[in-house]
Amino acid sequence: MSRLELIPKYPREKQIMLNVNGDEAIAYAVKQSYVDVVAAYPITPQTIIVEKFSEFVANGEVHTEFVAVESEHSAMSACVGAAAAGARAFTATSAQGLALMVEILYIASGLRLPMVLAVVNRALSAPINIHNDHADAYLMRDAGWVMLFAENVQEAYDTTIQAFKISEHPEVQLPVSVHIDGFFLSHTLENIHVLPDQAVYEFLGGPRKLAKVKVDYYDEEVDYALDPARPLSMGNLALYDYYFEMKIPQLKAMEKAVEVIKQVNEEWYQLTGRKYGNGLVDPYMVEDADIVIVAMGSSTGTIRSVVKKYREKGVKIGVLRIRSFRPFPHKDVRELLKDAKLVAVMDKAIGPGQYGALYLDIAATLYHEKNRPVLIDYVYGLGGRDLSPSMIEEMINQLLKDLERGYVPEEERFRFIGVRA
Amino acid sequence: MVVVKTLPEIPVKKGEPPYKIWIFEPGEKKELPLIFNLRQLAEQRRPALLPGHRMCAGCAAPIVVKLASFAFRGPTIVVNATGCLEVSTTIYPYTSWAVPWIHNAFENAAATAGGIEAAIKAMKKTGRLKYDHVDVVVFAGDGGTYDIGFQALSGMAERGHDVLYILYDNEAYMNTGIQRSGGTPKYAWTTTSPVGSVLPGKGESKKPIAEIMVAHRIPYVATATPAHWMDFMKKVRKGIEVNGPAFIHALSSCDRGWRHEESISIEILRRAVDTCYFPLWEWTPETGYVLTDRSLVIARNPSLKQPIEKFVEVQGRFRHLLRPENKELLKQLQEYVDAMWEDLLKRASNAPR
Repeated sequence: MSRLELIPKYPREKQIMLNVNGDEAIAYAVKQSYVDVVAAYPITPQTIIVEKFSEFVANGEVHTEFVAVESEHSAMSACVGAAAAGARAFTATSAQGLALMVEILYIASGLRLPMVLAVVNRALSAPINIHNDHADAYLMRDAGWVMLFAENVQEAYDTTIQAFKISEHPEVQLPVSVHIDGFFLSHTLENIHVLPDQAVYEFLGGPRKLAKVKVDYYDEEVDYALDPARPLSMGNLALYDYYFEMKIPQLKAMEKAVEVIKQVNEEWYQLTGRKYGNGLVDPYMVEDADIVIVAMGSSTGTIRSVVKKYREKGVKIGVLRIRSFRPFPHKDVRELLKDAKLVAVMDKAIGPGQYGALYLDIAATLYHEKNRPVLIDYVYGLGGRDLSPSMIEEMINQLLKDLERGYVPEEERFRFIGVRA
Repeated sequence: MVVVKTLPEIPVKKGEPPYKIWIFEPGEKKELPLIFNLRQLAEQRRPALLPGHRMCAGCAAPIVVKLASFAFRGPTIVVNATGCLEVSTTIYPYTSWAVPWIHNAFENAAATAGGIEAAIKAMKKTGRLKYDHVDVVVFAGDGGTYDIGFQALSGMAERGHDVLYILYDNEAYMNTGIQRSGGTPKYAWTTTSPVGSVLPGKGESKKPIAEIMVAHRIPYVATATPAHWMDFMKKVRKGIEVNGPAFIHALSSCDRGWRHEESISIEILRRAVDTCYFPLWEWTPETGYVLTDRSLVIARNPSLKQPIEKFVEVQGRFRHLLRPENKELLKQLQEYVDAMWEDLLKRASNAPR
């Protein structure tokens, strides 16, 4: 290689290797992130995060106040209270718990309160199911949260720490959710590399710094927090005369988050030597590909390994992993997919009466391209059903036939993988 | 350094306007005294709820809030559940609150307060809190307390957060237009328990919320009304001072929902106590039930106890009870109030035996 490799500030040998599952990795990241308040409620497959973190509290390894709330609704409510009081707050949940939180998710983002929520993705009832799909993530799609999907346990650790930095960026000030696939990541052991505590503390710049706001009864900008030194009211009633204008800055903050996610990904690279694409998207052999498979979460690794085999056989195929589901990286996706002929979008949840949410996003992104690729929506893995390499091979073989045929009739653009007829 | 033109002094100087925000400079340690002399109170204290809010004329809720805030001891954060008080005092771009104030949602005021208290603790632990203590006080209506907010309240009490929760109970969902709640008394008219040809208003009795909070064995529980203002202020200060959760059930008349004259809000609350419909007491794990103020006087001199008609006759929501054909219902109501009062007398440690 002619290019000089970057030497990170903490190269691998200066990091500590841990053998942990996804939940433990997140708990460890939270432990290192100088979090003031953790309010959480147990739910499979998220429970290990709460358990592990409780151990850190019980052993005096953190200063964090752990609030063992009586529901997820109260978990998110307590996080809103804590963040409003100026603390760094964290919670974690899955499926039904997230569904119960939804009301307050909108309030957390509407009040512009930075915090981090780990969502261990799980199918929604009914029928009740504890295994992984993305139904819960799609449920919070429009709640105004930055949503980042991790592919493996290492990334779960890395993303959790990054999430605090993104969330608290002065121009973002939005809550961030970190998504890992239930059981596939939450309960799967992996060797990961973690930073020393001090390195994480420095990366985050110590405790949470408050944003400044202009309030008309003060001459200067004041801290946006419940501070007896400079009282202000949070969560006021705003009707048709102001509500609309109060929502626009939320959109702008999301736009800003696009840049900040990239920037934080790059900073993390300088620090640890690890990065995930540009932070928003993680492409694999997409440049010259005729066929691109778009996916999120842990399945991407399996898909990539199969695609690699096809590449070796000379098939022009690639994988595009969406890491930032919200804000959706339109620009990158358009750039990466505009020359493809066929794009298969993998949706791990359904929205009855419509295509999957990821498919819709990709379709909307590509609509304005002149020679836009043919899009197919593949629904897979509902309720934790495995996506095996042979299923992916079958899918790719079908896609190759479609490519040869040159078109896909409308009734064939919505397909299922691994479901009984 | 931020320079605030409207910087007030606490205590406020004589002759200053009441439109003042409460400012506690970092490190301030002074504890605000509890003042019962009306002249001194008027000169030295300003309420945390400023003039200009849009609560109805005759509503007792702002009086509840102002009296409570006279008893705040220093830096205080107020949490408000969704309801009349919240929507009428913080219509953007205005606010009537002179202290840090947050509204999250309807059912989660207690959980939000718990989060704030946890944040205060964590910051104190790490030396980042600017004061010795910051008190957290919740104001929530009966809907947000008896019904939709009960789970969060019970959870907060069980976990022992150092929060004072003040229920201003106007006995129905007044903000949405007078619908029955768990706090609505039996036979009261509301828009979802209307008086019809078959049903005489609400069919069920009021949930004994304060006694349910006593059953949580938290450090302090009390009932109060703004009509008995000294009693109320003392109770608020006690609730703030105890280490752990405290609950005050304040009856708060609503002229729109109770269908009474705006001018008699306080009189009605006085009658609620005089008829023993709403006895005043406090409870701590050490003392048990202790009658206070007028209710103690009535216990010592039972001839002062008024018949329930005195409470009912001035309110349109009970108008049907005064019709001759409903005499039996009124009698039942009287019997219910008497039984509850007798029961309380048995439990109260300072009631004459």
